[in-house]
Amino acid sequence: MGRITLDKVRKTFGEVEVIPPLDLTIEDGEFVVFVGPSGCGKSTLLRLIAGLEDVSGGQIRIDGEDATMVPPAKRRLAMVFQSYALYPHMSVRKNIAFPMRMAKMPQHEQDRRIEAAAKALNLTDYLDRRPGQLSGGQRQRVAIGRAIVREPAAFLFDEPLSNLDAALRVGMRMEISELHKKLDTTMIYVTHDQVEAMTMADKIVVLRAGHIEQVGSPLELYRTPRNTFVAGFIGSPRMNLIEGAAAADLGAHTMGIRPEHIDVSTGAGQWQGTVGVAEHLGSDTFIHIHGIPGCDPLTVRADGEVSVRHGDTVHLTPQTQHIHRFGADGLRIA
Amino acid sequence: MATQHSRAAARFMMAPAVFVLLVWMLVPLSLTLIFAFKRFMPLRGDRIESGWDFVTFFPSLDWVGFDNFTRFVSSSAFWPSVVTTLVIVGGVLAISIVFGVLLAMLLDQPMWAQGFVRILVIAPFFVMPTVSALVWKNMFMDPTNGLFAHLWRAFGADPVVWLSDVPTFSIVLIVSWQWLPFATLILLTAIQSLDSEQLEAAEMDGAGPVSRFAFITLPHLSRAITIVILIQTIFLLGVFAEIFVTTGGAFGTRTLTYLIYQRVLESQNVGLGSAGGVYAIILANIVAIFLMRIVGKNLDK
Repeated sequence: MGRITLDKVRKTFGEVEVIPPLDLTIEDGEFVVFVGPSGCGKSTLLRLIAGLEDVSGGQIRIDGEDATMVPPAKRRLAMVFQSYALYPHMSVRKNIAFPMRMAKMPQHEQDRRIEAAAKALNLTDYLDRRPGQLSGGQRQRVAIGRAIVREPAAFLFDEPLSNLDAALRVGMRMEISELHKKLDTTMIYVTHDQVEAMTMADKIVVLRAGHIEQVGSPLELYRTPRNTFVAGFIGSPRMNLIEGAAAADLGAHTMGIRPEHIDVSTGAGQWQGTVGVAEHLGSDTFIHIHGIPGCDPLTVRADGEVSVRHGDTVHLTPQTQHIHRFGADGLRIA
Repeated sequence: MATQHSRAAARFMMAPAVFVLLVWMLVPLSLTLIFAFKRFMPLRGDRIESGWDFVTFFPSLDWVGFDNFTRFVSSSAFWPSVVTTLVIVGGVLAISIVFGVLLAMLLDQPMWAQGFVRILVIAPFFVMPTVSALVWKNMFMDPTNGLFAHLWRAFGADPVVWLSDVPTFSIVLIVSWQWLPFATLILLTAIQSLDSEQLEAAEMDGAGPVSRFAFITLPHLSRAITIVILIQTIFLLGVFAEIFVTTGGAFGTRTLTYLIYQRVLESQNVGLGSAGGVYAIILANIVAIFLMRIVGKNLDK
């Protein structure tokens, strides 16, 4: 079981309020991702849940029990750190065994769990090595192994993939997702990368300056962002936010249209602009277009084979069913 | 040092320093080695001839082979002095490591006037050994006017006559006071390099404060502790001033270094003292080899 409830949780560092009173419920077995720009308080929030920071107000409940004042070790949570935080002078086996050793678990049970974790994480051949002799991805797996053997109520991940290279990151992303499916344990995952959030989460929590901007499933956030911040943050490349006459025609202050929801044509269209940079990715082409009033540059995602060059004039038509409208306060107009 | 030219220039500019260093080291070393194999007792009329002595190895003095070496070791004062040396080196090492680790962890905590406190802690290291030993002897350990005597009397106890009742312990105390800051400094920098996420991870893994110290902090400090032990051993083997100005080698505080001094200057037997010096050189070099290997390994990492 791992149902975590935050009730008006507040955190201040001296005079600075990092997290204003915040309510959030994480259901048992859910994969929740905290996402937001750096400095938005997502890591602090995770550390509050872990118990590594004391809350300045409010209550944290784990499975209904008040855990606000419970020390980290007693919360039945396991954490994977950004730097992995492996113990460098211990072998992989001892690293994984450490939490069980601290819990004074019988030796045969320790061995059984180590074998199982090592097998699940492809670490069997590396059990007697030191962390310094492992690659980044292997170290990451050791850190996860150390978390798994405790059979915690919930896993906490603090930007666990940010020290890996791009290819490895994609692989580990899938491994963590599969692990979640297999264990079916609550996982809370902090990242600044919205791609990780979209691909892994059951539920995304978008944070800005300690505030929750929106909570929802990845597609909910993609389809109906609650405000311009979420609209700009979720989705890659970013949603185009157009202000001025084009938006006013629709009765909004800001009009949002995702790059993949604009049709490009060389003949005729609603808007006309000149191509600035065209990024050819093979599968897609991202075209940055200048000269559209209210948004410069406007990004369009077109077919990979489209042949446009710098300085070309193109015509654009937004797909009306995918237009988002936002008011002057940034909030979505239904 | 990329080009042939800059390398040559670097060698040229280093040459004076290397030359001075060599002369400063090699001349006393070779003199000691030569005298160790000679009979040289100035009070019995042995004299060094002037002129080409270096080349002719002092023809006025008789070669005696390994006599000086065997006599130095078979003297009744030798083994007690070795034991005293080990006790002093071991005692100072134990005190400076144990209290050094504690002080370093204390200084690592955030506190008011941190920089100033750190300077205060380091300060004893900059006091000359002679001065600090005299301050201890007269200000703290004096049996009538010393602060310890006043303290003892304040509790109604008889003052301890430190330098004759517990002479070796007193010297260990004085020398530790000087070397504790050095150990603290090195261990403090080591503690500061400990990744705080490791401690947090251990905390989440259920390790209490004692386990965190034993399983995370202490292993992290092991290399720094080794370096402190080796560096201090080299310097502590040569402790002299603290003994000279306090007990003068009496009451069983005669170390190997002090014995060599007595052989050369008090007994005026230069040959015998030099043989003792050669033993000391060998001992110090054994420690130095270990030090080099460990520091070298540290740099490779």
